[in-house]
Amino acid sequence: MARIFAYIVHKGGVVDDSAFELAAAARKIDAAASPTAILTGWGADLDAACKTLGASYPEIWKIANEALTYPNAELVRKALVKVLPSGGIVLVPHEHFGIDLAPGLSIKMNSAFVSDVLDIVGVEGANLKVVRQEFGGQVSAHVRCDISSGAVVTIRPGAFKAVEITPGGGLVVDKSPDVGTLAAGRRYLETVVAEAGDVDITKYNVLVSIGRGIQEKDNVAIAQELADALGAAVSCSRPVVDAKWMEKSRQVGSSGKTVKPKVYLACGISGSFQHLAGIRGSPFLIAINKNPKAPIFQVADVGIVDDILEFLPELTNKVREMRSVA
Amino acid sequence: MKLELRNSVEVNVEILVCVRRVPDTSENEIELNSAGNDIERDELVYSINEADNYAVEEALQIVARVGGNVTVATVGGEDDEEVLRREMAMGANHGVMISDEAFSGSDGKGIATILKAFVQKGHYDLILTGVQAEDGGAQVGGMLAALLDYPFASLVNSIEVLEGKKLKVSREIAGGNKEMNEIDLPCVLSIQTGINEPRYVGMRGIRQVAAIPIPTFSASDLGLGANAVGETAAKVKRVDYFTPSLGKGAEILRGSREENIDKVLELVAAKGGLK
Amino acid sequence: MEGIQSAAQVTSWLVTGRILFLTIHLLGVVCFSLIVAKRLVPLVRAERDFRFDQPWVRLGRVLKFWLGQWKHPRYKLAGTLHIFIFAGFIVLAIRAFSVLIIGVSRNFVMPGLSGRAGPIYDIITDYAATIVFLCMVIAVIRRLVFKPARYAVPARYGKAHTADAIFLLSLIAILMVADSLFAAARAAAQSQSSQSVEVLAAFSLPWVLQKALVATALPILGGLYFGAYLVHELTFYFLLCYRPFGIQFHVETSLFNIYFAKLDREILKPVRWGVSDEHLDQVKSFGVKTFEDFTWKHMLDFYSCADCGRCSDNCPSNAVGRPLSPRFIGIKARDYAFQHYPVLGRVNNGAALIGSKDSGSIYSEDEIWSCTTCGACEEECPLLVEYIDKIVDLRRGMVDEGNVPQSLQKPLKALESRGNPYGKMEKKKAEWANAKEFQQTCRVKTLDNRNGAETLYFVDSITSYDNRMQSIGRATAKILNHVGENFGILGAAERDSGHEVRRFGEETLFMALRDHNVDAIQASGVRRIVTADPHAYNALKHDYKDVPPVEHISQVIAREVKAGKIKFNPVENESSVYTYHDPCYLGRHNQIYDEPRHVLDAIPGLKRVEMSHSRDRSFCCGGGGLMLFYEPKEDQRMGVKRVKMAAEAGANVMVTACPFCMVNIEDAIKVAGMEGKMTAIDLAELVDQQIARECPDLKEEQATEIKECVTASSNRPG
Repeated sequence: MARIFAYIVHKGGVVDDSAFELAAAARKIDAAASPTAILTGWGADLDAACKTLGASYPEIWKIANEALTYPNAELVRKALVKVLPSGGIVLVPHEHFGIDLAPGLSIKMNSAFVSDVLDIVGVEGANLKVVRQEFGGQVSAHVRCDISSGAVVTIRPGAFKAVEITPGGGLVVDKSPDVGTLAAGRRYLETVVAEAGDVDITKYNVLVSIGRGIQEKDNVAIAQELADALGAAVSCSRPVVDAKWMEKSRQVGSSGKTVKPKVYLACGISGSFQHLAGIRGSPFLIAINKNPKAPIFQVADVGIVDDILEFLPELTNKVREMRSVA
Repeated sequence: MKLELRNSVEVNVEILVCVRRVPDTSENEIELNSAGNDIERDELVYSINEADNYAVEEALQIVARVGGNVTVATVGGEDDEEVLRREMAMGANHGVMISDEAFSGSDGKGIATILKAFVQKGHYDLILTGVQAEDGGAQVGGMLAALLDYPFASLVNSIEVLEGKKLKVSREIAGGNKEMNEIDLPCVLSIQTGINEPRYVGMRGIRQVAAIPIPTFSASDLGLGANAVGETAAKVKRVDYFTPSLGKGAEILRGSREENIDKVLELVAAKGGLK
Repeated sequence: MEGIQSAAQVTSWLVTGRILFLTIHLLGVVCFSLIVAKRLVPLVRAERDFRFDQPWVRLGRVLKFWLGQWKHPRYKLAGTLHIFIFAGFIVLAIRAFSVLIIGVSRNFVMPGLSGRAGPIYDIITDYAATIVFLCMVIAVIRRLVFKPARYAVPARYGKAHTADAIFLLSLIAILMVADSLFAAARAAAQSQSSQSVEVLAAFSLPWVLQKALVATALPILGGLYFGAYLVHELTFYFLLCYRPFGIQFHVETSLFNIYFAKLDREILKPVRWGVSDEHLDQVKSFGVKTFEDFTWKHMLDFYSCADCGRCSDNCPSNAVGRPLSPRFIGIKARDYAFQHYPVLGRVNNGAALIGSKDSGSIYSEDEIWSCTTCGACEEECPLLVEYIDKIVDLRRGMVDEGNVPQSLQKPLKALESRGNPYGKMEKKKAEWANAKEFQQTCRVKTLDNRNGAETLYFVDSITSYDNRMQSIGRATAKILNHVGENFGILGAAERDSGHEVRRFGEETLFMALRDHNVDAIQASGVRRIVTADPHAYNALKHDYKDVPPVEHISQVIAREVKAGKIKFNPVENESSVYTYHDPCYLGRHNQIYDEPRHVLDAIPGLKRVEMSHSRDRSFCCGGGGLMLFYEPKEDQRMGVKRVKMAAEAGANVMVTACPFCMVNIEDAIKVAGMEGKMTAIDLAELVDQQIARECPDLKEEQATEIKECVTASSNRPG
């Protein structure tokens, strides 16, 4: 069985949740797997991140290089190519860094590539069988990947339940000397922080979240009224921002904010993974959508097939009634 | 469209945009066919992959600012010519069809290999792709860059041409933040939707470019052997399509609207959602 | 014999009056001619426009709209004032000529007025001058004191036009006074010497002045006489040469503008006159992008605008704060023409009309997309200025450049691939009719090789696909069934009528949709078309050629009610007060106002009120077709204003006969917070609900094909 590596995303000494999800994926590829965590970075933050993984991974490869202080995928790839043995399976989270790193890595490692994996069926001979989605999540597909010369696999964040690999151990192996100097045709300049909107949706316990089903800008008021009645905030999915019906600061998703509310009302949201990726902490998810086949109903706790433009105002009225009586 | 010059650099950038014809995302109902092994393809309407369209618009805006040419290319067959024509109607100077029976069944790496061979036949300063297509692979751009040994950036949502064969690009990262990078030309960028507002192209525009010849490049034109591309070379293959059983999923409330509302409020309160 | 010298004889500074006035005449006429020639320059470079057909019909319209001032009374006070002023000018025209020539030939008398007609004419003109003078005074007071809202100039369009208006009104007043003083001084002098005194009309301005001057010394009278004449001449020629620099140019251009006005308002301007559809591919550029792309008649429209503001006063877009004001579409273009084709100086042109102000553009994109083509502006304009064609032409230009708002690109793309703006599948177009329960009560057949029919029910996109509007489709089908109509639908073969596609400037896509529909209609072999969608009605009637005659369902119902084939149950809810909202494309564009009202009035116990803006003054609901997808910048929704008008009229049920009106009104009821206080129902739905269903006299063949419908109560819209 090929060796499995998990690329760990970390920031400010804190390890991303995906680290433990990758461990779960590794276990699904090979139940007896002993995956190696691999981290790049520099200084105290890198060391702290490595330490956090102590209980979860038996072996941790550390690549410390000043050029990698900021994770520039072009440089990280060059470093990994120098360090990773051929033929292994490299797991990477499917988010903005993984998308940047993984395809090129597979070419340089001369291994196969399969992205955005939701589930792993198992190894059949020289092939790894996985589950992916297509057409914005409307259909699923089984995909076979020839791993005989290794593979780079990106894993959908949140698709696998986080696990710790027992026994842990956390043996840190410093692979930095193998890397040497790093240079690439792309240089990181700075990060421009998105303008803070008036409302910070990450601070709310209840979110009324709207998607394309709200149909037009004027209808956003319908969601706002419900949010006001509940003491919640209105958040949204990407199409609503693209259509300029709400500010970017309200977007929940992989390219928006990550939220951890207690209750999440998904109104007229189809449930694309990029959106769901922004919902962490397993809130109670209520989905209201006209389309009974919307993917959101697969991940929601409670679902209602109804027209949000009619359902929400009535819900708002009921909330107000309750509040006035209370 | 008349665009204001954002920077006064007259550079002349040769841009190649790799595009793909896909089933339209909003004008189709994607369902499994009766055999249950593929999607129902009979009544699908096709269009250019949305992200690719943004990429072409971005390319057109770049050359409007700094000079140059835009070439659109696709790996496909006769049916795919219509998206090339559409992008040429939008303003692309050249359209190229890369077609050969040997290419069918190629996986992502196969496509990237084919495109690499094409790129090396010409001279392009900048290569753009959409960030992903309907299969959500998000791979061809990154693979192409690695095969060519060009620097790469994905999820690009703004491009500025600098002097000295460089670009300043921003990438879309978590929280709506932008990661600013400087990248050397020649390079490959994968373009995120929403980077610009693509201009409209109608039937009239396509008719006006209907007679412009679109050259075709075959495997032998590109010097590609059968072992590098196509079905036999593919390491990744789709086995089937299926819709997952809704075993674990939402508990669908089946009462009247009033009953549903009451239940929802009950649950919200129970989960600590009502203060 | 003493008296005062005629103006021709007076000598000042070595120049006799005759020479002086001859010079003034010459200068004035030459100046005016040069100015008019310069004003014609852009028209000569403009696109062609075929306006020379049917001269007798055109002359008839000149009599009605120009001489008859037909549209003016729509605004009572201003209209009356203008009628008086206009009549006064017409009457004074001949006098003006006489007066001019007197300066050169002192004994000149107009041919035909030397006998008894002369003094009678003089009396009429005395009163005319008086009335015009009084009208000027009233007009100035209106402008300065009452300031009617429609004259106001919003800040973004520049400074107010009041000063210029007062200036012109004052000059006309001065002209009247000078003319009157001239006659008064002469009459006063005649009464002092022993010449025969010409009679001045009692209590007219000249008469009043004469009474004031009766004792004035002769030399002073002479001076006043000559001075008044000079002032008259100078003012006359100043006005003549000044008018082409502003809105007063309409004095000269109005006759031509009305003569050349469009005969059939509903036929949209073709992309290029003289180029048939098949040859359009050869046209390099579609639409209006620069000023010269306008036709000469449209440029004449710009010159002829009198800045009265009636168009914008009735424009629904303007009323809700969208960036569109039809008045300024014209004024800005006119100013552009004056600036780029100056009387003095070089022509400089070619700037894009639509774009940013910095690059010299005069229109913004939103301004042009904001128009719902409701036609209220054209209905009001006393000069028959055409607005819709210009908006459509400007949109054609933007579409040609690819400059289409993102919100419209999706439905346009869907129309191209699926034939409807929602992107829904063609095979689902007839689903509204195939619902199981409905099929049992009312079979709707789809026309194909096996099934034919006499009549086609053209359903169009929104009624076919929108969950709410499908009930209009079902109601219409049931009504057709009830009256024994042998009808069918095209089903998957039907494409969107393309009505808004054309009006949003996508002519090529429109033609594709139209040609497909025409083929399908002709193949079906039907001899009549019925539709419940006024936009489809308008398209089939005016935009489509070679299709059978089309009717709107309200016309069918009205006829059947009259013939006794439809009888109604009385209204159940006693507290319902109904009002009918005229859809723009049924009412104003096609003059179908009465039939829907007859239908409503035939329902026993139905209480009906009229809104203040009804019939040809109906207020647009917000627009249909592609307009439902456009995201305008506005202060309020048109629908909300309309719903409030209904409430003001005392109604709690709005009846309309258009699915787009229904969308906008039902939406507006929610947005305005009037749920529970106002409902909306379509005419077909109401009729279906109220029809008294006994067995009609069915012929044998019909009975086998048509099933009886169950009572309407189970189908009341929810």
